[in-house]
Amino acid sequence: MSVEPLPILTYPDERLKTVCEPVEQFDPELREFAEHLQHTADQGPSAVGIAAPQVGRMQRLCLVDATRAKRPVDNNGPLVLVNPAITNWKGFAVGREGCLSIPDYTGKVIRAETIELTAQDIEGRTVTFKMKGFEARIAQHEIDHLDGILFLDRLVSRHADLRER
Amino acid sequence: MNQPWLLLTLVGADRPGIVAHVTRVLFGVGAELGETAMMRLGNQFAIMMMVRGAGNPEEVAGLLESTRADFGLKLHVDEIDAALHQHREPDVSVTVHSADRSGIVADVTAALLEAGMNILDLRSDVGGSTDKPIYIMQIDGESSQGIEPIEQCVARFADQGLTVRVTPLETMRG
Repeated sequence: MSVEPLPILTYPDERLKTVCEPVEQFDPELREFAEHLQHTADQGPSAVGIAAPQVGRMQRLCLVDATRAKRPVDNNGPLVLVNPAITNWKGFAVGREGCLSIPDYTGKVIRAETIELTAQDIEGRTVTFKMKGFEARIAQHEIDHLDGILFLDRLVSRHADLRER
Repeated sequence: MNQPWLLLTLVGADRPGIVAHVTRVLFGVGAELGETAMMRLGNQFAIMMMVRGAGNPEEVAGLLESTRADFGLKLHVDEIDAALHQHREPDVSVTVHSADRSGIVADVTAALLEAGMNILDLRSDVGGSTDKPIYIMQIDGESSQGIEPIEQCVARFADQGLTVRVTPLETMRG
């Protein structure tokens, strides 16, 4: 893609603390935006997800791609999730997270170990996914962005040691 | 040009208010704090703080002399060649536990070094009871040669009664 990546908002930009609006219009412009968002994430340091509000578009759309994990993990492939909602949670795990919008800091966060979610794809079709481990962590991190929540809001002790998976 | 960072170390019996008093003094003279870490070791308070903008080591020690004396602390200040924004991310975690015996840290860290692991964070503790102490150590680090050499290197400790768990870590960034 030859276009410039979108500028990424960084903390403490207030837009990162804002609850996003549902996507209602599924059109070519939305598809183009999703591609542009992916192109933007590709420029960052090993990002496995990104959410629309991180580039200032205050709509409920995010990308989740556990295929980019350094070690192979269970995954549903590269996903564009529109209006995602987590419908079921199970278990807990501690993991280290970072964020394109919070450079030079990582910290430990507790997330549900497995989740089920429903969303729409880029064409507006309803989709459901079961996710676990690393992919579930990505989805929870990105959906938090859509609700104006950053991983900084969920930090636990740096010595927290629920078994990591 | 910024003054160089100083590493300020304070150690002593733990009492409420030490951090608040020390940082109030430093803030009062316009000092800047960088990264800090406080912990309790053996019922003692210990803190290390990156500080700059409050003068040279002797001047900083002088500023804190009253607080140091009030709390009965030991104070040490060194000029260091440090910088912020130098974080490194661990990609492996090693947890060790066993009945307490001498040499666990030396043995395990030597094995990790041999396996190419650079330690970024280490915490160890003694739990259990006085007559049956147990030793627990948690290490995070970077594995320059991958996780397999580390697993192979620590496998020998099973024969010595140590339980060692090696867990790969991956930072999720999105």
